[in-house]
This record gives sequence, C-alpha cells and structure tokens, in this order.
Amino acid sequence: MNDSEKIDISVDIAGIKMKNPVMVASGTFGYGAEYSEFIDIDQLGAIVVKGICLDAWDGNKPSRMVEVPGGLVNAIGLQGPGVKGFDEKYMPFLRQHDVPVIVNIWGRSLEEYGEVAAAFENMEGVSGLELNISCPNVKEGGIAFGTNPTMTADVVAHVRKKTSLPLIVKLSPNVPNIVEFAKIAEAEGSDALSLINTLPAMVIDIETRKPVLSNVVGGLSGSAIHPVAVKLVWEAAKAVKIPIIGMGGIMRTEDAIEFMVAGASAVAVGTANFIDPEISLNVIEGISAYMQKHGMSSVSELTGSVLV
Amino acid sequence: MKIENTKILKHSHLVGDYRLLVLDAPEISVQAVPGQFVHVRIPQLEGSALRRPFSLYRAEGATISILYKVIGRGTAALATAGEGSFLDVMGPFGNGFPIPDADIMPILVAGGYGVAPLYFLATRCSQKGVLFVGGATDLDILCIEDFKSIGWDVRVATMDGSLGTKGLVTDVLDAWLKDNSDRDDYSPAGQEIFACGPDGMLKALGDRTIAGGFNGWLSLDKHMGCGVGACLACVQRLRDEYNHDYWGRVCKDGPVFESRQIVWE
Ligand SMILES: Cc1cc2nc3c(=O)[nH]c(=O)nc-3n(C[C@H](O)[C@H](O)[C@H](O)COP(=O)(O)OP(=O)(O)OC[C@H]3O[C@@H](n4cnc5c(N)ncnc54)[C@H](O)[C@@H]3O)c2cc1C
Ligand SMILES: Cc1cc2nc3c(=O)[nH]c(=O)nc-3n(C[C@H](O)[C@H](O)[C@H](O)COP(=O)(O)O)c2cc1C
Ligand code: FES
Repeated sequence: MNDSEKIDISVDIAGIKMKNPVMVASGTFGYGAEYSEFIDIDQLGAIVVKGICLDAWDGNKPSRMVEVPGGLVNAIGLQGPGVKGFDEKYMPFLRQHDVPVIVNIWGRSLEEYGEVAAAFENMEGVSGLELNISCPNVKEGGIAFGTNPTMTADVVAHVRKKTSLPLIVKLSPNVPNIVEFAKIAEAEGSDALSLINTLPAMVIDIETRKPVLSNVVGGLSGSAIHPVAVKLVWEAAKAVKIPIIGMGGIMRTEDAIEFMVAGASAVAVGTANFIDPEISLNVIEGISAYMQKHGMSSVSELTGSVLV
Repeated sequence: MKIENTKILKHSHLVGDYRLLVLDAPEISVQAVPGQFVHVRIPQLEGSALRRPFSLYRAEGATISILYKVIGRGTAALATAGEGSFLDVMGPFGNGFPIPDADIMPILVAGGYGVAPLYFLATRCSQKGVLFVGGATDLDILCIEDFKSIGWDVRVATMDGSLGTKGLVTDVLDAWLKDNSDRDDYSPAGQEIFACGPDGMLKALGDRTIAGGFNGWLSLDKHMGCGVGACLACVQRLRDEYNHDYWGRVCKDGPVFESRQIVWE
C-alpha cells in the first residue's frame, strides 16, 4: 500500500456516504452497466443515472449530438425507460454493486415531478434523487422550472414533501443570478446542489444553412463550460450551507480539484467519460495525491479553500 | 471489450482519400467478429474531442486493421499519425454480422469504405459468395483484389463508369438477383444480403430483401458519442418483436440490424 491510499477521501453528501468525492454525471454514464466492462464502478463515489420520468420517454429525433471546439452540444431529449422500466431493467444490476445510486428525475408538470419522486420512495438500492430542473432539451418541464424563481421554489417544495430520500437539486446555469436559485433550493429543503447542467447552445451547418441538431438547440458540455461552472459553484458555495456537487468540463484531475477549491464538496465527471472511461478513477487517485502533496487529511480541507 | 493502447504497425495510403491502418491490438483482435467496430481516440485532436468509430477490416493474430476515408478534421488528423506511434482504441463494439450457414449464398453489397467489414465477413465464411461494390468513381472502389484472391465473385458499379458498370450498385445487383431467381433450384431462403454503406443504399437493399422474402443484414453508420450504449446519441428508429417503434442504439444494439427491424424515416 502506498501512502496516497491511506488518505481518507470519503465524503457524506446529503446523507449519502461516498468512498470519495468523484461521481459520474447524469446522462454520461448510462445506468452504470455500460461502463462496468471497462472500470470497477464500485470505486466511484456515486453513479447518477440518466434522467428518468414516470413513463418511458422517446427523446428527440436524431441528430442528437455534435462535436464543437472544447466539447459537444447534445439534444438527447431525456430518452428513458420510465420508473418501472428502470426498476426492471437496470436496478437488478446496480443492486449487486457497492456504489451509491442517485436517480436523476424530471417531469413535465409539478404533479409529475412529485409522482416520479414518490415512485422511488421504497425502491431498494436507490440512495438519493437528483432533481433535474435544468434540462434544455425538452419542450415541457426541465429548464422552465429551473429558470423561474417561483417555479423552482414550488417544485423543490413539492418534491421535498413526496420523498424522504436525500434530495439534490440540479440547477440551471442559465439564470442571471445563481445565488437566488441556490438559496431557494436550500430554503425549500434541498439537501445538496448540483451545478451545472449544460448551457443552451446551437450549431448551424453553413452549407445547408440548417441547424445540425433536429431539436434546433441543445446543451453545451465539456471543457468549454468549465470556467463558467467554476464561477457558479464559487458563487453558490458562498451563499448556502448545503454541499455542492461541481460539474462541467472535468477532463483531468486539476479540473476536479479546481471545483473543490471553489467550494464543491464533491464533483461529477460527465462528457469526459465518452472520451476516456477511466478518467473518474484517475481523478480519484489524483485527488488523493494532491491532498497528500498539500498535507491535507480530509476532503473538507480542500472544499472552499480558494483564496480570494 | 477493451481499452488498448495500440502501436501503429503500418499506416499507408491506399487509393484516393482512403488509408489503411494496422495496429498491434492482441486483446481486441481475439474478440473481434465481422461487423464490429472500434472507437479510436485521435491523439492529434484536442483532449475534449470525441472518439471516431471505424469498422474492423481485418483481425488476424495480434493485429487489427481499419480502412478509412479522410473526410473531416478527425480523419485528416489521424492520417498524420506515424508508424510506431500509439493509438488509444476501444473495442470491439457492437453486434456484428451473423456468419451465414454453409448452404446460404452470401450476397455482399458495399458502398465506399463499407467494403471493409464485408471483407472481414468474407474471410470468416466457409463458402464463397458474391460482392457488389459501388462508388462515385474508381477511386472509391477498394479491396476487390482481396475478395478475388479468396475466390469471391466481384461486381463493380461506379456512377461515372470509370470502373465496372456505370450506375448504381443496386442496378447491377437487381440484374443478378433476377438471373439467380430464374434458376430452377432457386429458393429465397438460400440467399442473404450483408451490406454496409450509405443509408440510401441500405434502405434500397432492405426493401428488396423484404419484397423478396430473404434476410438482409444491414450495417448502419451513425454519429456516435460514447460508443458503448450510454449516451443515446447514435439512435435509429427500430421495430421490436411486438411491432412497437423505439429509438435503438446503433453502437450497442447494432451496428448490424436485420432489414425488418429498421424503420426508415
Ligand atoms: C459503426 C461505424 C463504422 C464505421 N466504419 C468506418 C470505416 O471502416 N471506414 C471509414 O472511413 N469510416 C467509417 N465510419 C465513419 C467514420 O466514423 C467517420 O468518417 C469519421 O468519424 C469522420 O470523422 P472526421 O473527424 O474526419 O469528420 P468530421 O465531419 O470532422 O467529424 C465531426 C463529427 O462527426 C462524426 N462523423 C462525421 N461523419 C461521420 C460518419 N459518416 N459516421 C459516423 N460519424 C461521423 C465524427 O465522428 C465527429 O464526431 C464508420 C462509422 C460508424 C458509425
Ligand atoms: C449526452 C448528455 C446527456 C445528458 N443527460 C442528462 C440528463 O439526463 N439529466 C441531467 O440532469 N443532466 C444531463 N446531462 C448533463 C450532465 O449531467 C452535466 O451536468 C453536464 O454535461 C456538464 O458536465 P460535463 O461538461 O462534464 O459533461 C447530460 C449531458 C450530456 C453530455
Ligand atoms: S454512441 Fe453513445 S449510445 Fe451509441
């Protein structure tokens, strides 16, 4: 055993005990099984599965993804199996694993958000819910809830009443003042915050003069959004007491550490999984090595250590 | 399925915009079946660039080969990778072609680089069949000597007539199918189409297999993110056994589908 393995980098986020602060972001890791042939998924801090609503959902027509400098723009449109399909198809595999499973949920109305949250109340093997009020790729629901303060307050309060599971609200970066939304989510009972979801974006093919994505617009992820995300995490972390999960363009250990220094208690790797499935494990090792080098013995020493 | 850091053993120009890449990839090679693909990280691109999918053209011993066309920035960058350097390759991915039973007449139909997985298939068939290959010009017609050297019948069509018959590959195929169906011992169940190429060609072939009552195994080409079934970028409208439509993943559920599974838009 080398020294870096002795460091305890476990964290407790919203009551979910994680071996380390490195999670995988919703929509970028399927339902865990897809990547289990490449890495030992039990080593992850947590797995956040692809967004799920009450019933099976078709998603958008292709084309759904396009590469751009510094990342990609996607408009998958939350294709998913619904609560029942998820339980039957994907939970049996996840239950055999020793890693917290966080379900990313969405709805088209306040009531639907509540119903889908309630549906997980007694599902064995689910450690928490991540409330997606920030998806730019569906016509109803999604980002509409995340960009209006009253609607954000209503949906968080409603879902809070429907679930006893740890609740993580995933905020939209597409607001003028993130602090306002972070405080609303905290006040209405959110146990933690995820920041950020993708940034609304568009790509046009100049030869055909048509948008590349069938949905016309999509969400930008990857390196390009990392500095934007760091700034939002930093602002939100100063304003709330609940822990923050930082995400957006983590491509290397340094990016993850930057989030933590800015104020995140944990991080999630997204788009980078597509390019290098081993990246989250490398980031876990990298965080240990960094803490050791800087004489830190707990992740909390890293969180919010920015000197401004 | 593996992630392998593979050494480039050979990297050469073939014809036109097409290139051949031979990699030392023992773990991928042993698992590979025809119709599967590998997902390649292009070292010359920035770190956030997506991988590029390429069909396996050969898998022999410890090596795998791919045959690719330079069409954009990724393949242009790949073309500069030197022999002896290393490439990060994931695979083999997807469901390949079923190997036809010995009493089936395999009819292979390729457009452009679609010939690559079909050659791999031909090498795994115990019988000899026929290859129809089409392209814009003679510079898009690849590997025909490969097929001839293993005793396959090769029929070529080019749009400009620079090689083989002038016109569409399906025109040449139709004439052949007609002749074949006139034979006394003809039975639709005795032949199957295996194809890889542009969507228009695949749809035309699928229509023929459905009308003619025989199987058509079509390999689709879709833009991909993860390549492993996680991102849902590469979807194609499919029909399940209960006749329900859904968006299936070309990377994981395909890239090869039987023509009756596919719902064309
Ligand atoms: C299963 C499968 C097998 C393939 N096999 C081969 C092969 O054997 N030989 C070969 O030459 N090509 C093959 N292709 C196509 C090959 O992946 C593309 O030509 C390549 O990705 C183009 O990259 P680029 O950066 O040069 O093009 P750009 O247009 O600059 O790429 C931009 C983005 O679009 C994607 N893209 C562009 N064209 C295609 C395409 N036709 N298919 C999929 N993605 C595309 C790229 O991957 C990239 O993400 C295959 C594709 C699939 C899905
Ligand atoms: C293909 C794709 C699908 C996504 N699907 C979801 C989703 O279902 N629910 C959600 O809350 N976020 C989703 N996201 C957003 C990511 O979870 C993450 O917040 C965002 O991509 C920023 O991180 P990154 O830059 O590391 O990818 C998706 C992102 C991508 C690229
Ligand atoms: S490329 Fe990600 S699901 Fe097929």
